[in-house]
Amino acid sequence: MNKSDQTASTMTLDEALQGPGAPVVVFDRVSLSFDDLAVLEDVCFTLRAGHTKIIMGASGAGKSTILKLILGLLHPDAGAIWVNGARVDLMRERELMAVRANIGMVFQEGALFDSLTVRENVGYKLYEETDLPLDEVGRRVEEVLGFIGLSEYIERMPSELSGGQRRRVAIARAMAAKPRLLLYDEPTTGLDPITATTVDDEIIKLRDLENVTSILVTHQLRDAFYVAGHAAVRNDGRVGIVPVSGAKSQEAEFIMLRDGRICFEGTADELRRDQDSYLRTFLS
Amino acid sequence: MLENWTKKALLEVQEYFRLIFDAIRDTFTKPFYFHDVIEQFDAIGVGSLTVVLLTGLFTGAVLALQSGLSLDQFGARPYIGRLVSASMVRELGPVLTALMITGRVGSGIAAELGSMGVTEQINALRALGTDPVRKLVVPRMLAGLFMVPILTVISDFTGIFGGWIIARYQLGVATSLYWTSIIDGLYLEDAWMGLIKPFFLGFVIVTIGCHVGLRVTGGTQGVGRATTQAVVAGSVAVLVMDFFVTKLIYYLIY
Repeated sequence: MNKSDQTASTMTLDEALQGPGAPVVVFDRVSLSFDDLAVLEDVCFTLRAGHTKIIMGASGAGKSTILKLILGLLHPDAGAIWVNGARVDLMRERELMAVRANIGMVFQEGALFDSLTVRENVGYKLYEETDLPLDEVGRRVEEVLGFIGLSEYIERMPSELSGGQRRRVAIARAMAAKPRLLLYDEPTTGLDPITATTVDDEIIKLRDLENVTSILVTHQLRDAFYVAGHAAVRNDGRVGIVPVSGAKSQEAEFIMLRDGRICFEGTADELRRDQDSYLRTFLS
Repeated sequence: MLENWTKKALLEVQEYFRLIFDAIRDTFTKPFYFHDVIEQFDAIGVGSLTVVLLTGLFTGAVLALQSGLSLDQFGARPYIGRLVSASMVRELGPVLTALMITGRVGSGIAAELGSMGVTEQINALRALGTDPVRKLVVPRMLAGLFMVPILTVISDFTGIFGGWIIARYQLGVATSLYWTSIIDGLYLEDAWMGLIKPFFLGFVIVTIGCHVGLRVTGGTQGVGRATTQAVVAGSVAVLVMDFFVTKLIYYLIY
């Protein structure tokens, strides 16, 4: 037994799950059907801490379903799902609350609460589900709104925001409680390319500057490759988004779903080189 | 077809009772969203005041108007206060208040929760670690449970007041006679009947609205359908519940 094996064997499960490269999400032969319609079949993948998984596929391929399974909003018919070491497919709603405390989710249309201001939306989890002092929550809300560049909208209602601003506020809400894992469900769908780029930039900043593990579900090729091919860097206190090449550009892992099955898993370059006719059609 | 319909109906009933069970359990466990409860007391209670006042006032007035003419045939016009008060307190106050609240509150709850469902706000709540039953259903259930009886009492009083206006100014019954006949004719059992019923009626109105709202599917069309369902099912449930609770109260206290 070498030294690293010895170290691994003396680690507790908690230590192993907190370490770099630890599995954050594991899907093991997960299947789900609605009535007679198979939505997911034998889906297997592992997402490691600090990594980004980009799940692509046509509408109805089962992309968003994967995110809902991770959150425990849906339960699979077969297979096992681990999230931060917890077997979420076997958990009941009450037990899932502890798992969800470490996950942030950005829904397709933002899903902001209509009756709450931007401040209350962003700080919702901290105001309602923690015992943090109010001034501390207020500071955190201002901090995350500053991070996404929407500080001046803090007292507005969601109905007063544009589509792009709503998505960015949704990202701020998801990151406010500093989750280990962020899930993005089609965060740029329906946005113009310029606004979509600002949303993509937020995803990149969170990944590179806050080290948040993430899963991005999208069918927008431009956004998927933009997130995979750019990095956030801090220069003299200012944050910039720059193109990356080499090993760094291969860090994001792509999954392509077709009719509920994984038909491709690999890096951006491997995806571009793949000769499968479905992938070629999708990428063309 | 009948089998499918029966299965669907049974599933609805099962889900309704499961919601009630969860809501009752969540009422007595933490976390408890106190400010949401206060907000709902205001929205359901204070917000329904105008409609309840108008309903009570005109129901009492028309009751006096209609029964005044009938009582004349027996020379019993002085007993009009007794008739108006007994009818309002025992039956019309609770039922008409409940029906008006079904229209105003039951439909509103179904539309609000339904819209939250189709725009994924309910899933967002769950994703943020909040139990939607605890956050959305419990405050509304408590508000329905406690505000409907209060609104009913207000409706009873305005109804009796409306009856007095007609009795005094149209039927020529002396004020003292009107109020004396109320005091003589209204028994403690009637008051219990009028106070107990609204707890049950408020509970079913709000829980049906929540149940229908939380099960909305099919986008905005589904929200519209749910609103109609909440009013129809709520109104029927009010009348059915009224009958059974009346039977029970007669059995227990009369």
